[in-house]
Amino acid sequence: MTKGMLTVLGKKGGKKPHEELGLSVEDLKRLYETMVRVRVFDEKMIKLQRSGRIGFYVPALGQEACHIGAAFALDDSDWIFPHYRDPGIPLLRGITIQEMVHQLYGNAADNTKGRQMPNHFSYKDINFVSISSPLATQIIQAAGAAYAAKIKKDGKVVLTSFGDGSTSEGDFHAGMNLAGVHALPIVFLCENNQWAISVPVSLQTGSESFAIKAQAYGFDGVKVDGNDILAVYKAAKESVEKARSGRGPTLIEAVTYRMGPHSTSDDPTRYTPEGELEAWKKKDPIERFKEYLRQVKVWDEEWENELRTTIAKEVDDAVKKAEATDPPAPDTLFEDVFAELPAQLLAQKDEMKRLIDEYGMPEGH
Amino acid sequence: MTEMNLIQAVVHTLDHEMERDENMIVLGEDVGKNGGVLRSTAGLYDKYGGDRVLDTPLNESTIIGSAIGMALYGMTACAEIQFQDFLYPGFDQLVNEAAKFRYRSGGEYNVPMVVRTPYGGGIRGGHYHSQSGETHFAHTSGLKVVVPSNPYDLKGLLLSSLRDPDPVIFMEPKRIYRAVKNDVPEEDYTVPLGKANLVREGEDVSIITFGSMVPVALSAAKAAEEDDISVEVLDLRTLNPMDEEAVLKTARKTGRVVSFCEAPRHVSFASEVSATIAEKAIDSMEAPIVRVTGYDTPFPYTLESLYLPDANRVYDAIEKVYNYR
Repeated sequence: MTKGMLTVLGKKGGKKPHEELGLSVEDLKRLYETMVRVRVFDEKMIKLQRSGRIGFYVPALGQEACHIGAAFALDDSDWIFPHYRDPGIPLLRGITIQEMVHQLYGNAADNTKGRQMPNHFSYKDINFVSISSPLATQIIQAAGAAYAAKIKKDGKVVLTSFGDGSTSEGDFHAGMNLAGVHALPIVFLCENNQWAISVPVSLQTGSESFAIKAQAYGFDGVKVDGNDILAVYKAAKESVEKARSGRGPTLIEAVTYRMGPHSTSDDPTRYTPEGELEAWKKKDPIERFKEYLRQVKVWDEEWENELRTTIAKEVDDAVKKAEATDPPAPDTLFEDVFAELPAQLLAQKDEMKRLIDEYGMPEGH
Repeated sequence: MTEMNLIQAVVHTLDHEMERDENMIVLGEDVGKNGGVLRSTAGLYDKYGGDRVLDTPLNESTIIGSAIGMALYGMTACAEIQFQDFLYPGFDQLVNEAAKFRYRSGGEYNVPMVVRTPYGGGIRGGHYHSQSGETHFAHTSGLKVVVPSNPYDLKGLLLSSLRDPDPVIFMEPKRIYRAVKNDVPEEDYTVPLGKANLVREGEDVSIITFGSMVPVALSAAKAAEEDDISVEVLDLRTLNPMDEEAVLKTARKTGRVVSFCEAPRHVSFASEVSATIAEKAIDSMEAPIVRVTGYDTPFPYTLESLYLPDANRVYDAIEKVYNYR
């Protein structure tokens, strides 16, 4: 158990922190670029939702360092059981903004066939497991997968992420407990963004921290500055190495702040204290990392502008394409309930087709 | 061929499949050294070891949720919930997770998992060791629900379930665990999911039922025979997907149906069977479809025998539909 909070950015003296962590200039650029991609993407999608072009959106504003820093410590073949505020992870693993925008539109090009609300991504090719809305359910599933990895001895590590609110769910306990019993190769990433919709951390737990909860399950908890991407990376790297070498799980509490609403259906001005957002904006994870990159001469204005212009265009193009794509075909409604279509569903599919023939597509389509 | 009871058939089948499929894992409470509180995993721990016969922490969401994770990761996960009544703390993992993974991921992910669980009354188990909650599961799209009534079917259905790419809830009729015996071949065979079995042929009245109520239906049919009423009994074996063809066939043949299960009547599986017949075979019906079920009360302890449908209650319904003019 680390006392206090692990921070890397802003420390004076010694070797350059990124070199100590074994990160190359290319790595730094990739981390920063992914953070900016998430930020630009979020800002544009919120606007799109406000103008009624997508139904709903869950921004990750302010939490870019947490999930990107942690995921960067994994091997590509490691598994992730994410929650809905981790868009940087698919981007880091090569999923395009276009693929993600198709999901937000739930159209025929959406790899999940328009089955879920926006932000509930699933990318099997990159081991990014399908997201659901009920909280913490992925945590015990992740522990089950880690158990399978352990008995298969395949050397893989599982990362599961969730918010502070999820730590109150039974499945948080379930996952932490099973992981502790079997010293599973898993890393628990709690992105403590201070708010579970409108409920503050002070109403979520009586513990002095979330990290300390790991003690009761028999493994280490570490609290890191979640707006310091190098600190998150450092904690995750150590935790992943520990997990891979058979020394069991770690809970990382990344202390951050939800700089936007819970979702576009939420208005945080109703419950957040005045000045809180402004105070946290001064600790914006992108600005802090940018300052570091400027100091080590990786960042300059020109690169920033080029980056933002390119990403903005990429998002705009993706939106155009998504809007020009049809909804999933009616027949797809009946696919993927089971591997094979049972007789009852086949009959219902025929019934639907007949109704469309007779009455046309229903209102609202 | 060996004569077995249902419990022996469970142990035999799990052993058979664990030997064949090295990715198969059995997990649950007390399934390890103890061999299951009802003995349905006896001997597996000694043979396959604690990694593959896993005693989980005491939490049903852990059992089902971790089984999902294992299944996603490529294992064949066979979870045991000690009593079906205890499944509810893990209900969310079953209904919102296991049942929806394939659909919500557009077919990217699937959950090859079986949840075995003893269900039903007749063992003096009170509220929490007696319930028959099959409609909760059968109502959930994406879950298959299987209920065997005899050891031969149990082996064939359990092997089908374990080899199915989708989640199956496998409800075992614990009341007849040791009472019902028949011959179980040693070799590999399957009984397909979604196919009912006509266990007794008759001309006048059809009883449609499943699981532990099959023997009750058969004794009521026998009693009716003495009154020259010829009764056939259809054992559904799978509730989702239901063998609608077999249900409609027997309904059209006799035109007089008793729809029978032990769960409370309101929104019971017997109601689903009745509605299907009413919707699709009403022209063939000679009498109203009568449901025989438990009462719409919580499951009782002392008055269990009054609550549970017995052969007399089924016989009474047979007479009612037979004599309807």
